[in-house]
Amino acid sequence: MPELKYLVFLGCVIPYRVSSYEISARKVLDKLGVELVEMPEFNCCGFPMDPINHDLMLTMAAQNLCLAEQQNLNIMTLCNGCFGVLNHVNKELKEDKKIREKVNEYLKEIGMEFKGTITVKHLIHVLAQDVGFEKIKDAIQKPLNPLRVAQHTGCHVVRPGQIVGFDDPENPTTLKKLIALTGAKCLDYMDETECCGNPTSGVNSEIPLQLAREKLDHVRAVGAQALITVCPFCHMMYDLQQTRIERKFNEKFRIPVLHYPQLLGLAMGMSPNELALKDLRVDASELVSLL
Amino acid sequence: MSKNKETQEKEIGTEMVLKMSDIDPKFKYEISKLPGAEKVMLCFQCGTCTADCPIARFDDFYRPRKLIRMTQLGLKDKLLSNDVIWLCSTCFTCIDHCPQDVGIASIVRVLRNLTVKERNMPVVYEELASNIRKTGYAYVIPGLRLKKREEEGLPSLPKANLENLAKLFKATGLSKTLEKEGT
Repeated sequence: MPELKYLVFLGCVIPYRVSSYEISARKVLDKLGVELVEMPEFNCCGFPMDPINHDLMLTMAAQNLCLAEQQNLNIMTLCNGCFGVLNHVNKELKEDKKIREKVNEYLKEIGMEFKGTITVKHLIHVLAQDVGFEKIKDAIQKPLNPLRVAQHTGCHVVRPGQIVGFDDPENPTTLKKLIALTGAKCLDYMDETECCGNPTSGVNSEIPLQLAREKLDHVRAVGAQALITVCPFCHMMYDLQQTRIERKFNEKFRIPVLHYPQLLGLAMGMSPNELALKDLRVDASELVSLL
Repeated sequence: MSKNKETQEKEIGTEMVLKMSDIDPKFKYEISKLPGAEKVMLCFQCGTCTADCPIARFDDFYRPRKLIRMTQLGLKDKLLSNDVIWLCSTCFTCIDHCPQDVGIASIVRVLRNLTVKERNMPVVYEELASNIRKTGYAYVIPGLRLKKREEEGLPSLPKANLENLAKLFKATGLSKTLEKEGT
């Protein structure tokens, strides 16, 4: 069994707006025997800089990877975007000598060098592959049998399939299996793999809202009582923006959007307060009262 | 993004007639030398990318297939002067579904990088770059949040090495771009 110790890469969105994800993830991982080490130093993964300067994105990601190499620890991210970039760059630099040399040339400026000694994982990889389903199953104290939920895995944790090489990007099932462990029923719905649209919101606020509205509509259509996410950026689109979507399209969803560790934590017997459920914009108290 | 439909149509080339003077015949060769756009010539215009694109479903002008065709034709000016290339949400569905493995989202990224280098960038990216340069984080995290972290028992946030970041901004040429933009 691999050592359950990771350098936790929080990214920017979580400390900015989505602490409830971090709080619940730390609580749950601690109970599952996963040790998290803080980054000694941090800069953004590089994702937001890719559209304007690809080399800067590569170098910012590589700098974070070098910090992990110095600690001799694998990285665990909570954010799909951070995972996508750090994992992609890590693989590209390991495999492509030409790009590695170019990036190392930039890194020389700050006295660093990419060596390629670590791997990058997302929370759901850590849970599914390293902690393992059995151990999670053993930790369940209060199965959430009455609940019927839907999941949104998001994009960068499975796509591009050739690079991520985890799960089936056309029909990802890992999060569904993780949800099933909690005792909650995970419902299928239309267009599960559709993007939340949030990366577009910086230049166009309409399209992401339409995409999110459609997602919430499909989730509601199957009678799901909550939507479960594993990315702070997707979560913002469905939770933080839900009231705005309701107002704009004259809809009434009121679908609580929980981070997966919140759902798991409830099943592990933790209290809603411990798991920061009160920090969610869409009130989840009715959902909790069903348990 | 506030342009009216006619202006947009004009710029993105929905007009039927292409003028020879709009075409830069060398563009496709230049583009295919850039990392990420190597396979632009492999696109045979099947349209799978566009059919599966979440943004194309909700926007009248964003058509990945068309952007690739315009690149192949050398309509550089039309491509680089249009806001539409900034709409891609990088869901990478087009990368996974393309039967020719063209890497469409990567080509869109190359087009964006080129636009930034030769022209300008959307304001939001200036802001993100400026935040990162000043704090290491893409968003300026309010002091109240930092205080709340303490109350919630969360570890303090790791600090950025701003000196190193400044060096990387400079080495990769973004500092220069931002100076040009006046940020």
